[in-house]
Amino acid sequence: MTTQAAPPAGRLTGQPVRRKEDARVITGQARWTDNLTLPGLAHLAIVRSPMAHARIGQADVSAALELPGVVAAFTGRDLAPDYGSLPTAWIVSDDLIVPDHPPIAADEARYLGDAVAVVVAEDPYRAADAAEAVQVEYEPLPAVVDPAAALADGAPLVHAGQATNRAFTWTFSGGDYAAARRLATVVVSRRFVQQRVMPTAMEPRAVLAEPFPATGEFTLWTSTQVPHFVRLLMSSVCGIGEQKLRVIAPDVGGGFGGKLNVYAEEAIALAVARRLGRPVKWTATRGEDYLATTHGRDMIQDVEIAAARDGRVLGLKVDLTSDLGAYLQLLTPAVPLLGRYVYPGVYKFGAHEFSCQGVFTTKTPTDSYRGAGRPEATFAVERIMDELAAELGLDPLELRQRNWISHDEFPYTTVTGLTYDSGNYEAATARAAELFGYDALRREQAERRQRGDPVQLGIGVSVYTEMGGLAPSRWFGRHGYTVGGWETASVRLLPTGRVEVIAGTSPHGQGHETTFGQIAADAVGVPFDDIDVMHGDTDVAPWGLDTYGSRSIVVGGEAVLRAARQVVDKARVVAAHMLEVSPGDLEFGGGRFSVRGDPDASRTIQDVAFAAFSAHDLPPGADPVLLAEATVDPEAFSYPHGTHLCAVEVDTATGLVKVRSYVAVDDVGTVINPMIVDGQVHGGVAQGLAQALYEEAVYDAGGNLVTGSMVDYLVPSAADVPPYVTDRTETPATTNPLGVKGAGEAGTIGSTPAVVNAVVDALRPYGVTDIRMPCTPERVWQATHGDA
Amino acid sequence: MVLISTTVDGADHADEVEPRLLLVHYLRTRLGRTGTVIGCDTSNCGACTVLLDGLSVKSCTLLAVQADGAEITTVQGLADGDLHPVQREFAENHALQCGYCTAGMIMSAVDLLMENPDPSEQEVRDGLEGNLCRCTGYHNIVKAVRAAAAGLRAPGAPA
Repeated sequence: MTTQAAPPAGRLTGQPVRRKEDARVITGQARWTDNLTLPGLAHLAIVRSPMAHARIGQADVSAALELPGVVAAFTGRDLAPDYGSLPTAWIVSDDLIVPDHPPIAADEARYLGDAVAVVVAEDPYRAADAAEAVQVEYEPLPAVVDPAAALADGAPLVHAGQATNRAFTWTFSGGDYAAARRLATVVVSRRFVQQRVMPTAMEPRAVLAEPFPATGEFTLWTSTQVPHFVRLLMSSVCGIGEQKLRVIAPDVGGGFGGKLNVYAEEAIALAVARRLGRPVKWTATRGEDYLATTHGRDMIQDVEIAAARDGRVLGLKVDLTSDLGAYLQLLTPAVPLLGRYVYPGVYKFGAHEFSCQGVFTTKTPTDSYRGAGRPEATFAVERIMDELAAELGLDPLELRQRNWISHDEFPYTTVTGLTYDSGNYEAATARAAELFGYDALRREQAERRQRGDPVQLGIGVSVYTEMGGLAPSRWFGRHGYTVGGWETASVRLLPTGRVEVIAGTSPHGQGHETTFGQIAADAVGVPFDDIDVMHGDTDVAPWGLDTYGSRSIVVGGEAVLRAARQVVDKARVVAAHMLEVSPGDLEFGGGRFSVRGDPDASRTIQDVAFAAFSAHDLPPGADPVLLAEATVDPEAFSYPHGTHLCAVEVDTATGLVKVRSYVAVDDVGTVINPMIVDGQVHGGVAQGLAQALYEEAVYDAGGNLVTGSMVDYLVPSAADVPPYVTDRTETPATTNPLGVKGAGEAGTIGSTPAVVNAVVDALRPYGVTDIRMPCTPERVWQATHGDA
Repeated sequence: MVLISTTVDGADHADEVEPRLLLVHYLRTRLGRTGTVIGCDTSNCGACTVLLDGLSVKSCTLLAVQADGAEITTVQGLADGDLHPVQREFAENHALQCGYCTAGMIMSAVDLLMENPDPSEQEVRDGLEGNLCRCTGYHNIVKAVRAAAAGLRAPGAPA
């Protein structure tokens, strides 16, 4: 691992620069996919299976075709020759079952909402009418809802051609867990359930496909986090030359993993556009989005921790069952794999045993959801640490202090083989405890317990770390991921001295135009307003691996920095020629090249840009085009960490949980824009808190999604969440020159266990040792009064 | 088809519409006012909020024919040369990330501040309960609305 020199302190790095993105958004000028229209545009509506599992008989579109304004209609069998199976990109084990996944089911529907036909009409209302008129014969097959039942002998199969519903198994061990358990004086075990949740980006997915029949080219606008993945994989799925498919992610209204995928509707839109020779658009309703966008979490974790009498953790054992749903989407099988590495959390212990199985069920496929595996792992270890603390009669913070990696022990290699480069858990925890008023709240808790207050106070602790900055390509390759984890950026210094930054990442709310603009402004020395950042269009940014896994600033930010420095180096050669000195004699700062020792002899970067462009007097080998492209493939992950503390008041009479205060002290390394980082933490905490208290995608025994609308799926409003107190410690990453670690997922990873630990802590006097998420009033009341 | 007349962001319109056409679809597809967006189909999310004769409504919950004769203000018509203080404070306080909820959130906030020029934090939270945001955790939205309220109450603020 190499440590590179940190950039010199710039004008903008570290400043809460207001966002470039906001002007168009607050005035209603953002470019959402559904806003777009084209001459001759037709509209798609997708007919979806009303059953969880059914054999598809006759599908008759004739009545639909007779309705006014209807252009065409296709069944799964009609379109089967037009595309291949939707891909999964992560082959997590040798035994992985990868079932065929047709964009429109032809013979068998495998979850409620599986596409079975598509209709095309002149406007969306007529398309919706036509979808209603399609007649499909279904022969019901048994739903497979519960993963344990799915694994039983004789269980109905989700994929009839396969021998089992078990998609994969893998195991991992480090050290000797059996020996650790024998040595232990305390062993605590729990079963934790990571309920299924729905990402719920506020913008439902939408796709617009435009064909150019004469040349065989297509443009696909899609509300996605990953336009480069979509281009690569859709060109293959649809048999379009990669060079002939342009994918554009315009303004994208949130993702959270739900748009980190390659979806059926993208293939359907391309296939229909190709058949009809006219552009077509599909926009999901919210109800459709809930059925046809991947869900998250949905794991059962059997966790056992073994410790010595003094609280020293000796080992951890985890058996994990991951409910995959009906098909493998892009990263479905990888979610538990990403989690596997961070089960040790911030702690030092030498023995770990892990087993994982993935199970097919007749439900919407699961895939990444903010944190992807790491929130689940963090929940497991931070919940079991609290249970161990209770068992030992130790304060939860004290137990953590006895086990965590201390700041002088970095770099530290965990039992799962990750090497954490840097961190300071003591500092973050001390600051969090101070802001929280930890000791005073513990005193108040004791008083309330003493007097039998019907409203009990609970204090939840979560000290987390995660692997961010996905990721080293070599690591991906060793673990079965079919693509790499590098990132690319270009920087162009235009003749007027304005700068264009072209990024391979693809934001959907993160503010890359601002943050990357800050990095470039400091490196090139031009005003922030003279910089534009472009992204999300494969014609503009042909290379890139998009935005997920807290990677954009870590990998993409470094690419911007390197490209910007290379452009300055090119300009330096021109400036030296202009000043009749050698490039080595020049200093560069504040957008000006000056001769060392003679500050009056200088040229601005703008002057140099125009001189290069005019090319009237360039030195040999100098390029009039001041353009540089840099690609970064990190050698290691980054490791954000933090301490989250949550205080809840639990009304034991009603089971209602009220979050009284929430403190998050995160360490995401060097901060480029603290305003944006705070915003990421706020939103992340709200999402993690929502999993703890409010959200659950519920299926009934027949495989029906009971929470199929926002009426039934509780996305919290402003009235349901608290204000957050945030602060930071700043321990720079040693593995990239910016020192950044990534901030997109940290809040979600830290918060869910903090909230649930608080609820359980409030109710310990009632003998409560766990409550299933979400901790609804009913569940809390039953946990409190269950034995009464 | 039904003939309706509306004034949208200061411009007069007369159009024949299907009786079933939702107001939000009329605004977006007939008038091209795509600043107002759709986030759900159950009137929960509030992304489509506009002002109808000065009061906030969820434009997915009204038929276009119900807006006959009405004056409608969308986020695109809110700025009067300068940005409205609520718009300005949303940017100033980082009250948006992806921005998909922002149009509706701003319009609801404008209505809230007309009703209550000096809301407490809790009153802002309760007042915006019908607008969902997935990115910000609401912290900075509440801050922005209270900052806008203070600005609007200041002497010399626009009415």
